[in-house]
Amino acid sequence: MTDSSGFDSGFDVVIDSLTAVFLIVGALMSLGAGIGLIRFPDLMSRMHAATKPQVLGLFLVLAAIGLQMRTWWVWPILLVAWIFQLLTVPVAAHMVGRAGYRTKHLHPELLSADELEAVVQRAAEAKGTEALREGSKHTGGTGNK
Amino acid sequence: MKDLVLVVTAVILSLAAAAAIYRIAVGPSLLDRVLASDVLLAILGAALAIDMAVNRHLNNLMLLVALSLIGFIGSVTVARFVSDRREQGRD
Repeated sequence: MTDSSGFDSGFDVVIDSLTAVFLIVGALMSLGAGIGLIRFPDLMSRMHAATKPQVLGLFLVLAAIGLQMRTWWVWPILLVAWIFQLLTVPVAAHMVGRAGYRTKHLHPELLSADELEAVVQRAAEAKGTEALREGSKHTGGTGNK
Repeated sequence: MKDLVLVVTAVILSLAAAAAIYRIAVGPSLLDRVLASDVLLAILGAALAIDMAVNRHLNNLMLLVALSLIGFIGSVTVARFVSDRREQGRD
């Protein structure tokens, strides 16, 4: 499409069709996330579907940009953008999943293994005894602070 | 081929955005809505990137990075808020 001579026009066609495939598959990742959001039963399985366009979809689309720009200095910028997304998405997913587990937004019968239950229970017990101790200390020593 | 790719991806992304908006509207809990709005943000980012790839410019690249930052801060903030409020309510 650019000022290509007859020599590398076949190369252009290959790159353009590869770009088209990347773009359409990257868009299909978003569609998969949308369908998963509608059809899956609880928060955890919806989170599984929701991460597809955020990581793989973004990678495919950014690779399509890099293929179309045809300059080498674009690739480090695209890589930084993708790595930034790769660093922030797991943290956000961890926070949402943690909040979802602690507020009981899940179907326990759909889980095949629940390794967090014992940890959460122990933390809740420790917090309960600590709150009890702090409450007694507070009622015992009034007026000191 | 350029127009074909644009039309196909526009249809696919519109369907996906409609699904995400449906989940934001009916989502049973706040966390479902946060997750769906995160997906909607990812779909917007994909649309910006497809525009960059098809029209061969890099104007939206910083916008893309800022969009992922906004999504990160939004989900983390709402998730913390939800867990704090529920724990206080239960005590």
